[in-house]
This record gives sequence, structure tokens and C-alpha cells, in this order.
Amino acid sequence: MKKFLDRVLGTALLPALSFVMAFVISGFVIAFSDSKVLKLASSPGKFITTALSTVGNAYLALFQGSVYDPNLAHGHGFLQGLYPLSETVVTATPLILTGLAVALAFQSGLFNIGAQGQFIFGAVAASYVGFHFTFTPVLHVALALIAGVLSAAIWGGIVGILKARTGAHEVIVTIMMNYIAGFFILWILKTTTFLRHGRIDPIAPEVNPSAQLPHLAGNNFRLHAGILIALAAAYFVWWLLNRTTIGFRFRAVGANAAAAKTAGISVGYVTIATMALCGALAGLGGAVHVLGSEYALTADIAGNFGFDAITVALLGRAKPLGTVFAALLFGALRTGGRTMQSNTTTPLDIVLVIQALIVLFIAAPTLVRYIFRIKNLKTQEALASKGWNG
Amino acid sequence: MSLELKGITKSFGSLLANDSIDLSVGDGEILAILGENGAGKSTLMNIVYGLLQPDAGEIRVNGQLVSINEPSDALAAGIGMVHQHFMLIPVFTVLENIVLGHEATSKLGKLDLTSARAKLLALAKDFGFVIDPDALVESLPVGVQQRVEILKALMYDAKVLILDEPTAVLTPQETDELLEVIRRLRTQGTSIIFISHKLREVKAIANRISVIRRGKVVGSAEPSASQEELASLMVGRPVNLAPDKTPHTIGEVILHVKDLTISDATGRALVKDVSFDVRGGEVLAIAGVQGNGQSELAQSIINLEPHVVGSMTLEGRELVGMSVHQSLHEGIAFIPESRELDGLISSFSIADNLILDTHREKPYAKGITLSPREVFAEAEVKAKEFDIRAQSIKDPASSLSGGNKQKVVLARELSRPVKLLVASQPTRGLDVGSIEFVHERILAERDAGRAVLLFSTELDEVLALADRIAVMYAGKILAIVDSGVTREKLGLLMAGVVE
Amino acid sequence: MKNLIAMKSFTATQRRQTWLHIVLFIIALFELKAFGFGNPANAKTTFGFTLAKEWVLIHTWIIGSATGSYLFSIIALIAAVVAITLIALKKRAGLATAVTGLALMMGFLCWAAAGKFIPLTGMLQGSLLLAVPLVFGSMSGLLSERSGVINIAIEGQLLAGAFASGVVASLTHKSALGLLVAPLAGALISLLLATFAIKFSVDQVILGFVLNVLVIGLTDFLYKKLLIPYQTTWNSGPSFSRIEIPLIGKLPIIGPIFFNQTLIVYLMYLIVVIITYSLFKTKWGLRTRAVGEHPTAADSVGIDVNKLRFRNVLIAGLVSGLGGAYFTIGSTGSFSKEMTSGAGFIALAALIFGKWTPMGAVSAALLFGFADNLQGTLSIIGVSIPSEFMLMVPYIATIIAVSGLVGRVRAPKADGIHYSRGGSH
Repeated sequence: MKKFLDRVLGTALLPALSFVMAFVISGFVIAFSDSKVLKLASSPGKFITTALSTVGNAYLALFQGSVYDPNLAHGHGFLQGLYPLSETVVTATPLILTGLAVALAFQSGLFNIGAQGQFIFGAVAASYVGFHFTFTPVLHVALALIAGVLSAAIWGGIVGILKARTGAHEVIVTIMMNYIAGFFILWILKTTTFLRHGRIDPIAPEVNPSAQLPHLAGNNFRLHAGILIALAAAYFVWWLLNRTTIGFRFRAVGANAAAAKTAGISVGYVTIATMALCGALAGLGGAVHVLGSEYALTADIAGNFGFDAITVALLGRAKPLGTVFAALLFGALRTGGRTMQSNTTTPLDIVLVIQALIVLFIAAPTLVRYIFRIKNLKTQEALASKGWNG
Repeated sequence: MSLELKGITKSFGSLLANDSIDLSVGDGEILAILGENGAGKSTLMNIVYGLLQPDAGEIRVNGQLVSINEPSDALAAGIGMVHQHFMLIPVFTVLENIVLGHEATSKLGKLDLTSARAKLLALAKDFGFVIDPDALVESLPVGVQQRVEILKALMYDAKVLILDEPTAVLTPQETDELLEVIRRLRTQGTSIIFISHKLREVKAIANRISVIRRGKVVGSAEPSASQEELASLMVGRPVNLAPDKTPHTIGEVILHVKDLTISDATGRALVKDVSFDVRGGEVLAIAGVQGNGQSELAQSIINLEPHVVGSMTLEGRELVGMSVHQSLHEGIAFIPESRELDGLISSFSIADNLILDTHREKPYAKGITLSPREVFAEAEVKAKEFDIRAQSIKDPASSLSGGNKQKVVLARELSRPVKLLVASQPTRGLDVGSIEFVHERILAERDAGRAVLLFSTELDEVLALADRIAVMYAGKILAIVDSGVTREKLGLLMAGVVE
Repeated sequence: MKNLIAMKSFTATQRRQTWLHIVLFIIALFELKAFGFGNPANAKTTFGFTLAKEWVLIHTWIIGSATGSYLFSIIALIAAVVAITLIALKKRAGLATAVTGLALMMGFLCWAAAGKFIPLTGMLQGSLLLAVPLVFGSMSGLLSERSGVINIAIEGQLLAGAFASGVVASLTHKSALGLLVAPLAGALISLLLATFAIKFSVDQVILGFVLNVLVIGLTDFLYKKLLIPYQTTWNSGPSFSRIEIPLIGKLPIIGPIFFNQTLIVYLMYLIVVIITYSLFKTKWGLRTRAVGEHPTAADSVGIDVNKLRFRNVLIAGLVSGLGGAYFTIGSTGSFSKEMTSGAGFIALAALIFGKWTPMGAVSAALLFGFADNLQGTLSIIGVSIPSEFMLMVPYIATIIAVSGLVGRVRAPKADGIHYSRGGSH
């Protein structure tokens, strides 16, 4: 038991410290950009208390907006107070799936920056099947999900094929394909098939009710069955990596492609399969997002899910369980950030700063070790993509 | 100029690489440092050259205490080094490589190569080297590249020249020429430190021999000492330099290679029209200097090379065009040239490394699911059989010593049904104990009637193990000779000379 | 056809290049059929060559749209065949490829602008302007990557430069001060990149990505918190106006394109010249290329690898930061959210497309600038191709480039690999 505690503490300490540092630094940013605070620069005492209260209020709003809000609970019961938490889960759901898309690629030694584009293709295909056809409910959901997964798998698979066949670096290709996907969704929303009747702004019709994912906690909460799909996907990725021969090959290629090749593992096959699977995961994210919470495809459907996925996977150390926790955390930041933005003067975008800083510190354990004077801070093997020639 | 080392100590983690080493080389003297792979020679020389910092100890030049923290300090003190892996930039010209770090500039910071060019040409002429200053280094043969390295050191007035395993990439003839150059340098007053594990060369060139074992100077010897004496000093016990080889019975042709040509991505042929047979119960050694197409030929046998034309059959079945996986399962065991890069996945456990090739077979896999229990059980068995010394088979392969890493590779490759063993530089970088183990295993395969194809650049190894020897030069097999051939004849063949 | 049959003995590169040109050939055939013969019979396309007051040689060039498409498609067909032959003979086919592409483009324009006016000079001038941040960005990437540090943070450096110059120029009402702080802001991001990559050996691709997120987050945050509410003080800076260079500014075509531009464009010329010269002709350049190719060798002759890398990454930040100033004081003067909109990534693409050489990167940046501008021009004159597809062009071109269709693209050998003695790779 003690050993287990040690392990948990050991692995959680670095993320926890990084978390604290990121919040402290972001606190300074919030305080020093606040006009109220800046006006008090001449009187140090007031300056400090105002600064602290500004930051405190912002972070309080961040918490209330993402976990529990007593104001909502007032008169409606404790459960209603947890409404923010349910919103956090709604935001985290697609993030878990895109995060897995990046994490799985890391395990095979690939850096998938393309979750954004893959997400878009999943969302577009699921939306199309969702609004264009009518089937019986369960079947319709399944078909829409499958359409999203397949089209995104092809989109992701292209990257794998290009890398396996020509050696084109996946980082460059996925960056470029994100832009292409971005223009693609702009275009497709202008076509007569997708443009909602009577609208000129880029928005598709809502998916038919038969294709919508069921709500899990009644209609007062947006919490939908997508989270179960996301958790199942995380378990699937864990099982695939650790309990199957396919995952064994993925990890072998990721750890040392040359040795894997020499032992008869086809690196090209692994690359293509990985990228297609990653595409499928991110595409599932897009599909779940459309069918579960948005219902209508818009140009901005992907938001930041594909890009946040990278910080999520990095924070989760490219492990399935870690990715789930990281996605919940960043989902909470996003959700709480919205409340923070509307209730205080602090813009949502500070959340990006916090995310970047957390990942930055986690990537540099030497620095954290130095700042906190900790000698034996547990660190795991650094995640690395392999440069342009790798 | 004289160089003196006192009490040099350096440890990496728990490994004591250098343990209070004392050495000195006098004016115009050639000191040979003899030691096994991993004895700590390179660490010592990297300390002298400023690439590593010692934990303790001092370095004196001409009796003066010097502090060498950077290679530039060593260069300033008159210490030059020819590294085992050349410190040349392949895409630069010879001249650019020579001036790097000592560039002269004219106005606007423009590089001025004129004086360096003149000095280089004069120096080359002095030694009778033919060198084109504007040739790209990557286009030069290794022997010439080494001369560029030597000239680079001399250009900046090295008075003590360290040569780290300089003959590893040379033919016997080139080795003789190098030794000649070294003697000439000595007569000009340069002090030389010659690092090697090859007894023959050390005896031929040294004025004095210091022997290092496990990070300690264990003694010194005169060049007149016998090879056996030097070997036992180096290893710490009497060594049998030639493994016991029993007479063998030759079987049927197992591997038949006909008109095999291998090209690189740009279409340049690296192996040209090679044909040979390997029979059951014999070791065919492919000898030759590094970089004459052996690596590509070895890799092509399990189809690791993409651009292959020709035919290769294993007991009549065509191998060319198969996947690596298929080739291995046709009955080929493959020991790659580099265990670190190609043989093992260092972050994987020993057990996982043992199933890299067979993970999809029973009992390890059922369908696509892996069974960790079976993997560990089998690993325990193999670890025992091949004497793999590790705390646990769940430890990562990176925790193993070089010899034990090679045992993991051997254990993996020999546990499939094998008809042919392809071993590429199987003892490179290993200590003598491990070398003996590997040699015994190779001969055991031969005695069990399997065909063995051995690629080695070490002449001693070739002569000790081979039944027949094929010599490769510039991508071709120049001749296939009997194991009774003389060293001189082999040396000439390795240099491309056919009588 | 014989060439095609002989393709079996080709190298991989030759084969890919041949395929590329076969594709170009087919496009030219298509153009010949659809645009040449399919054009309205009497329509004419007008190309404009003058912008303002340059010494005029030609005002406009009017060509029958069908004739133009027909003519240029045939030129493209011939050039493609020449290129394929040259490739088969293992000779350089760059010029032939360029002619093929150019002729295809002209043929396309003749069709697309049938009955309309294309301000060619204006379009090229606009292309150059759009290429400015790409050139700065790719030069920044070049400085960093030739010495062995991957720079994915170009986007962040540009954005930081844009933000800092816009804000400072607005607060002080001096565009010169804005120009001064822009490089410093870029260098600040570089300082983080260099520190974490070199001192703490963080993976450079991941690091660059995270730094971009950081800068986007910070600028978005400050934009909303300060620049929007206090727009008059924080976000209404002055901007540079065009300066016409005497004499050469009046040259026809070339003058308005190159020599009637803002200060930032002239600084760009200067920087490109300095970098090209320094990289190949100076001691610094030799050492920079050495540490990017084989750091251990450089170390062994007394070059402090990590110090040189650190310095070069900082310089790279100065350059892209300066490029960021283009977005604010170089155009309208005000900053807007994420206004670099991916220019840093296209700059990276230009660097790779240009095979990590200064001239290659600049050419690629100009090409991408042209594609961007063409899209704008065509949507203004009303062409039936959705602008989204035109906008995809640079990205598709980059994918084609890194897939090896335009020859072998090779990064500096040690690019992205942290250097420490005793070698951790």
C-alpha cells in the first residue's frame, strides 16, 4: 500500500507542481493587466490586496464555472449546483477522444498535429448522415458515428500512407491538412446540400432526433452518452496498446523503428494503421460532439478540440488514463473560463496560457526540480518526436 | 613535448570508468594503450581532449599543470586527436573541414581560405598524400578521410597526437601505411598515443605499451612481449586466442545467391553482381574493410534493403521480394550489425525483446491478444539457456551490459527453427569473455549442420571462425578462398588487389 | 513513351519527379481542351502592367482568351515533355518545371479572366506584400534550423512581434519604436525556445507547439483585456507609408513591385541578403552549418555548439519578431486577435519547400504569396472556383513538396536533436 502511495505521489508530484506554477504565473498576468490594479501602483498595500482579490475572484469563478456553483444549488438542490461539472464533462468528452488520437500516435512514435482536421471530417460526415437520412434511433446514431469514424480514418490514413510511402514528415503533413480541412468545411457549408434552408450564414441543418445521442441526466443537463463512448475508447486504446499484438507492434515501432523492422515488424503498416486509428478516434470525437451536444454543423465546430488535444496528450503522458484525466482538467478550465469571462473581467484566453505553462513545466522536469529544490522528483521518459529526419 | 596524466578518475553513475590512472608519453615517443572494449580507453582520451571532465586527477604538459575543460584548451596545449568516428562534416569540403574552428577572415567577416589552402597542400606534399582540398568529404574513401583527420590535427601544430582505434576501418595495407606515417611523425618530434585492442599493431608500432583493464592501468609491457602475454595482461586471465574448431561435415547448399545487385535510393550500386553459396555445416565469412557493401548484403538477406535485383534462394525457395517477417520465418536467424540500433528496443523489457519477432505466435498470442504470463515464462527459460545476466527479465534492455545485450539478440534469433545464421559484426565492441561466448554459439550452430554466414571486418575473427572466406571490395566479391589463406593474401584482396 | 517504359530502372526520386510532370502534362491537356477550346469565342483577356507613375513601356496587353489559353497550354505541354526528358537523362529540370508551371498559370488566367481585366503588376505587388511575413518567418526558421534547432514557434514569434510593435507604436505614437520592440518580442519567445530546448533538452517540436499556444493565449487575453476596452490608447498606432526609391522605383513593372514599398519590405531585402551572404561566406555561417550537420565534430574543434545554437535561435527570434511588425505598423497599425493566422506555419512550409536554403525559402514564400493574392484577385473579378480551393493551394503544394515530388528534401542532419557531450541522441 505504501509502495502504491509512493508511486501515485511520485507520478502526480510533477504535474501538481507544474499546475501550481502555471496558476501562479497566470495569476501575475491577470493581476498586472487589470486596469483597477494598475491604477493603484502608487500605494503598495492596496495594490497587493486588489491584485490578490482580482486573481482570487477570477480563479473562484473558474472553479464555480467548472465544478460546483453554490448559487445554482441555492433553492434547487445540491445536484443542480453540480451543473458546471456536467458541462465540464460535456466539453471534456470530445477532448478525451482527440487527446487519445494524439496519445496513440505518440506511442507509435508519431506526432499527430492533425486531430483538428480529423475532427472536422468526423463532424462533417456524422452531421450529413444525421440530418440527411432517417433511420430508427439506435441504428441512426450508430451509422452517423460510423460515417464520422470512417471518413476521419481515411483522412488520417492519408498521412500514414504519405509517411510510409514517401517519408513525408507527419508533423508538416498534418499541419497542412488541418488548414485544408478548415477550408473544406468552410466550402461545404456553402453548398446547397449542407446550407440550412433559409439561412445564409454557414450552418447545417440540425441532425434528426433519431441520430442524437441520449442525455444521461435528464433534459436539464446537457450531459450525454458521448462520455461513455469516450471512456470506452480510452479503455480500448489501453487494451490495444498493452494486451494485443497490434499494440505491441505500435509500441515497438514507436520505441525503436529500426529494431522493430529488423525483427520483421512492418513499420509502414504500423504507421498507416496508427494514423488511420488516430483519425478514427479524433473523428469519433467530432461525431460525438455533433450528435451529442451541438446537433448542427458550423464552421467553428472543431473549436480548439484538435489543438487542445496535443496539450492534453502531453499532460497525460500519452497514456490513455492520463489522457482522460488531462482532458477532464482542460475541459474544466475551458468551461470555467467561460463563466470567468462573463462574471469577472478576466478573458477566457488565460486558460490557453495556463495549459501551455503546465505542459511546458512538465516537459522540463529539471527546471521544476531546480525551482522546488527536490532531488529525486520522479520523471518518466520524455516524449519525443524525432526531428525532421526521424 | 611530453604529456603526463596523474590520478585520472572518472565515474558514470556507479560505473568507475577510470580509476586513478597514471600515464606519460615523452618527446617523440609512441605510447600504445592496450585494452579491451569497455576498459576505459576512450573515456581517458576524451578527458585528455577536453570532451569529458575528470572527477579527479591532473594533466601536465611539459611538466606544467594544465586545465583542459574544452577541446579548444587541448588544441591550445598542442594536443590533437584522430577520433575513432571521424569528426568530419560529410557535406563540407576537405578545406572547409580543415579550417573549421580556426577560420581566418578578411573584411566583412568573409572566410579567407587562401593561406589554409597553401598550408594544407604543403603539409600533404610533405607526407606524400594526394588530397583535393575542394572535394566533398562524403565522396572520399575512409582511408583518405582519415588522412584528412590527421592533417587537420597537424595543421594546428599538434605536438601530441592521440589516435583512437585508428585501424578499425582500414585494410591491412592501409594500416601499414598509417603505421609508416606515424613513425614519420615521431621522427619529426610528435609524441603519439596509439589506442588499440589489436595486439599485432600495438606490437608493431609502440615504443612502450600500457595496458588498461576495467578502468585501471594494470601494467606495462615492451613491444617484444608475446601476443599471449599481452592478451592475458589485457583480459586478466590466460586467453585462448583461437577457439576450438572441430572438423566439420559439409552438407547441402542452403543459401544460394546469384547475381545480386543492391542500390541506394539515388540508384548507385552498393553491391554489384554478387554470387555465392553457403552450405550446411560451414561458416562462410565475408571479410573486407567497412563500407564495401557488406552491411547492405547482410541486410538484403532478410529483405531489409529496398532496391535489390537478382536471386537469393534458401533451400530452393526464392527470398527476394519477401517481407522481412517472411524471410525470418523461412528459417533465417539474423544478428544485426548494431545491437543498440537494430537489435534491441532498449526501453522494452528483456522479455519483450525476446518476442519481437514471434509475438504473434503461440503461446505468446491468442488471436490478437497477448498473454504476458507466457511471455515471461518463456523469457525465464531463454535467459537461463543463454546465460543472460539480469536482475529480472522485466528490466529494460538498456540496463544490460553489451555482452548480455548480444546474448538477448542471440537467444531471440536462435529460438526459431533456423537453417541459416547471418551474423553481422557479432562481436563488435564486446569484451573478450562475451566474444568467446558468441564464437562458441556460432560454431555450435555450424556443428549442428546449419549454414552460417558471418560478416566481419576483424581479420582475426574471420580466420578463427571461417571455413571459407569471401572478400568484398567496392561492392564485389573479389574471391572466395580457403581458410588456410595467408594474412598477406587476404590483406591484398581487402585492398582490391587480385593477382 | 519510351521514357515511361524505362522508368523501372529509375531511382525513386526520378520516378516521383516523372510522375509529377506526367500529372502536369495531363493538367495541361485538360487546360487545352477545357480552357482553350471551351472559351467563349470572342472574349478577350486584358492584363494590366502599370500601377501609377512609372516610366511606361506597356500599358496593357490584350489577348483573345481562347488564343491565350491555347497558346500557353501548348507551351506547358512542350515544357513538361522537355522536363520529363531531362529527368530521364538525369539532368536538372528546374527551369523546364518552372516554365511548365508558369505557362499553366497564364493559360488558366486567360480562361479565368475572359472578358475581364487582370492588374498583373498590382497582383505581383500584392503577392510580394503577402510574402513579407513568410519571408521573415522562413529566414527565422532557417537561422534556427541550419544550426540544429527546429523552430515551430515561428507563428508565435510573428504574433508576439505584431502585438508588441502594435501596442508600443500605439502607446508612444511612434512607429519607429514599434519597429524596435518587435524583434525584441520575437527574441523573447526565442529565449524560451532556446532555454527549454538547449538547457532543458525538451523536445523541440513539442516545445515550439506549446510556445505557440502560449503566445496565442497571452495575446488573445491581453487583446480582450486591454486592446478592445482601451482601443484609442492601446490599439490605434501609426503605420508606415510607402517609400518610392528614386529612379529604380519608376522602372516599369519592377519598380512598383519591388521599389515602392514600406520600410519593412526594404529591411526584408537587407536581411535576406545578409543571411544568404553570411551563411555561405563567413566564419559564422560555416560554424552554423557545422553545428547543424555534425555537432560532435564542431565540438571537437573547439566550437561551443550549444552557445552558437542559443545565439542563432535568439537571432532567429529577432528576425521573425521584426516580420511580425508587418501585420501592425507595416499595414493598418492596429492589432487583432490571432492576426498572423498561420503565416508562421506557411513560413515553415516555405523553408522546407525551399530545402532549407535562403533562396529556395524566399522563392517558396513568394510563390505562396502569389497563390494567396491570386485567390483574392480572382474572387474580386468573380471567378467560379470557390475561393476555399484556391486558399488550399499553398498547403497542398507543401504536402507535395515534402512527399519528395520535387526532389529529395533533406533537413540539416542534426536538426531537432539535442546536443550534449557523450551523445544523448
